[in-house]
Parts: sequence; C-alpha cells; structure tokens
Amino acid sequence: MLKILKYSFYDLSRSLWSYVYFFFYLLLGVVLLFLNNDLSNAVITLMNVIIILVPLIGTIFGVMYFYNSREFTELLLAQPVRRSSIFFGQYLGVAISLSASLILGLGLPFIIYGLFQSGAIWDFASLLVSGVFLTFIFTALAFNIALSHENKIKGFGLAILLWLFLAVVYDGLFLLSLVYFQDYPLDKFSLVASMLNPIDLSRILILLKLDISALLGYTGAVFKQFFGTGLGAFTSIAVLSLWVILPVWRIKYISAKKDF
Amino acid sequence: MVNITNLHKKFGPLVVLNGLNLKTPESGIIAVLGPNGSGKTTLIKSILGMVVPQNGEIEVNGERVKKHWNYRKNIDYLPQIANFPGNLKVQELIDMIKDLRDKEARDQELIDLFKLEPFLQKKLSNLSGGSKQKVNLVLCFMFDSPLIILDEPTSGLDPVSLIRLRKLIQREKEKGKTILITSHIMNFVEEISDRIVFLLEGQIYFNGTVEELKTSTGEKDFEHAIANILTENHA
Repeated sequence: MLKILKYSFYDLSRSLWSYVYFFFYLLLGVVLLFLNNDLSNAVITLMNVIIILVPLIGTIFGVMYFYNSREFTELLLAQPVRRSSIFFGQYLGVAISLSASLILGLGLPFIIYGLFQSGAIWDFASLLVSGVFLTFIFTALAFNIALSHENKIKGFGLAILLWLFLAVVYDGLFLLSLVYFQDYPLDKFSLVASMLNPIDLSRILILLKLDISALLGYTGAVFKQFFGTGLGAFTSIAVLSLWVILPVWRIKYISAKKDF
Repeated sequence: MVNITNLHKKFGPLVVLNGLNLKTPESGIIAVLGPNGSGKTTLIKSILGMVVPQNGEIEVNGERVKKHWNYRKNIDYLPQIANFPGNLKVQELIDMIKDLRDKEARDQELIDLFKLEPFLQKKLSNLSGGSKQKVNLVLCFMFDSPLIILDEPTSGLDPVSLIRLRKLIQREKEKGKTILITSHIMNFVEEISDRIVFLLEGQIYFNGTVEELKTSTGEKDFEHAIANILTENHA
C-alpha cells in the first residue's frame, strides 16, 4: 500500500490544484491575520470558513481524483497488488496531501505572526484537527460516491448534493424541527442530530475548545451542558473517527465487488 | 496452467459468461476467439481478478483466484486498450511498474526491440496509438512470467512491429510458457496459435487445434472455418 500511496502522492504533487489549495489557505491566513490583527479573532473567523470550505474541497477533489486516475487504477489492478491497497493508497494520498496543504497553508502565516508565543495555540490546533478530520471524512465519502457510480456527471452531482445537504440544508432542517417541536424536550434530539452531521460535529469540537459554546448556538450549549468541556470534546472526536472509519470500510467493501 | 470450472458472469441483465469450463495445457499458444461481445475480455479479466464472477472457480497454477492477489506475480497482462496515466513520462511509467513488481526486468532489451528510445522522455498523453501499444508491450513482456495474457496485441501496430511481435511471442513460447491471445486478425491467429478456443454465447463452442477446426467445419481456409461457425449459429 505504501508504494501506491507514494505514487498517488507523487501524482498529486505535480497537480496544479494542490498548490492552488495551498496558496488559497496561505492567502486566507495572511489576510485574516492582517484584518483582525488578533490571533483569537482570526481563529474564529477561520472556523467559519474551514467548516464549509474543507468539506467542499475534499468532496470535489476526491471525486475528481478518482475519476481521473481510472487508467492508473486499471493498470494497478492487473499487478500483484491487493485490491484494497490500491484504493486505500489512493484515498490516503488525496486525504494526506489535502491535509498537508491545509496545515501548511494556514500554519505558516500563523507561526510567522507569533502563534507559539500566544495562548491561542490550542484553539488553532483544534481548528486544524477538525479541518483534517473533515478532509478525511469527505474524501472518503467522495470515494464512496465515485466507486458506486460509473457516470462522472452523476458522481459529481451527487458529491455536490451531499456537501450541500450536510453543510447547508441539514442545519436548516435541524432549525426548522427545533422550532416546530419547541413544546417538547429537544435536548436529546439535538444532541443526536448534531452527531449525525460531521460538519456540525466539528463545529462543536472547536466551539467547546474556544469556550464560547453558550454564545454560539443551541447545539453547542446543549453539548456543553451535557458533557462539560472535556467529555464533550472526547465524544465529538470519537464520533468523528467513526465518520472516517465507516466510509473507509465501505470503500473496501464496494471495491472488492466492483468490476473493472 | 489455468483451470476454469462453471464460470458465470452477468452485467445487470446481460449474461456474458454462462457456465464456462476451460483447462489450458501447460505450455503453448491458445487463441481465444469469438464474435464481438462474446465474453473474451470478460474471461481474461476474470482470470486476472479484475472482474468478479458471480459463480464458478478459477485456478491459476493450482492457486485460487478469488480474493487472492499474489498469483498475479506469475502473469504478464497486455490490456486491450492502452490507457495510461497521461501525465507520466514513458520512462517513469516503466520504472513505476518495475518498482511495484519488485522483480528483475528486461525493459532495455524490449525498448531496443520496439525502437522506443526516442519516446522515453515523452509524456504518455502525447504518444500516438501505435507507440502507446508498444509501451504496453514493453510493460507486459518485461517480467518473463510463465503465463502471458494478450488482449488484442496487434492493435495499432505497423507491419514491422507486427513481425517483431510475432517473433517475440514465438520466442516466449519456446521457453515453455502458456500464452493466451485474443485477436480479430485471423491470419495472425492461424500462424501462431497451437489451440483455438471459440467462445459463443458465454460458453466454449470449440476447443482444438487449427486443423481440427478446419476438418470439423469442412472448410480449407481458416478464416472461412471461423465464419462458418458464426453463420451456422446466427443465420
């Protein structure tokens, strides 16, 4: 698998898009720090951007890479390589290189600004951790979609819909149901509902870390009330890990049955 | 070498292989023939584990194919359509496959044979169809494995390269290898193959030598003998 990973990485390192992604984050980091002139404020602004943008890029990039490397995949399938290694290698190649662009692109300006001397370092770290989680989750979901659909247009469409649903529509439905059922106790419902969406979940992870959960929405408040900061963060990380493990397991499952 | 029993494969409602049985001899060239869509490529891809059959058993060298991958160390495969990652250079691709296989390779000898030297530093997306096929042949033959599977090896090749390929296949056969070939060029098949396996409606319709095929159909000419099978079944 490491050899496949190496070649996927090599392939991606020559792709323009990896650099575009990297420079975008570099620019975003520099601009936010310049405008806010304060590390903590920049972290909060960044959270809002990362939570929406990282899943979008992970999904699009994952689907695009899978469809574009079809020839490479077919070539590998005839070689003495385990099938799951091929797909795991490619998946990790995409997810790791996207994560590296994110960490380096945001990390460099923050380090230059003096992150290590500041108290915001752990807030920033939790931001990066959830960014990496979201990258791994949405790349895995994208691979799932691309593996199940031969038709590129259909695959792309579904991937965009998935992102739109989890990033935008889900919150709307969630809010509507809270309003509609406001006469009932909703603590458990909102807890479960936010667990089911990795984007909500990583928002909670960061909010709990920033210790401003009560100010920023109902979900955060409920989580904090239920778990307290420590356990809340632990639970959200555990569920986020599940969000990685399940789609990755399904990549193995579908790829074992697929004809090429 | 290859032992296939009761192989079934459907793609949706389309039945491609329908209880196919095949046992290849230990060495020699076996041509797999059949009309378009008769399941030649599906059969080959099943042997390689790229297509997962619904039912049936395939053994290569006594090793079961299903859920295994190590047996592919002993197979050289030439895919029908030479699709390569376009952003790689020819040399990079050859090095990559050598690295993946981790086996001694005679790539230089084959590059010389097919006169690929001037193309080594070019990107695969910039090569012509015939040159791509030559790269394909180098990748396939460089590992000296006991089983060679060639899916349409002649496509896109110029006459000179075709003669070189024919000689190359003959040399490999003399080493005692098993070679499975599909092709639509009948005189190529007639000249090189020891046995003919004819697929029809997902099963083996005929399995024997070229001479046996001619006598059983009552035709003197190989091409007509094949046409005879087809018209008898589809007229």
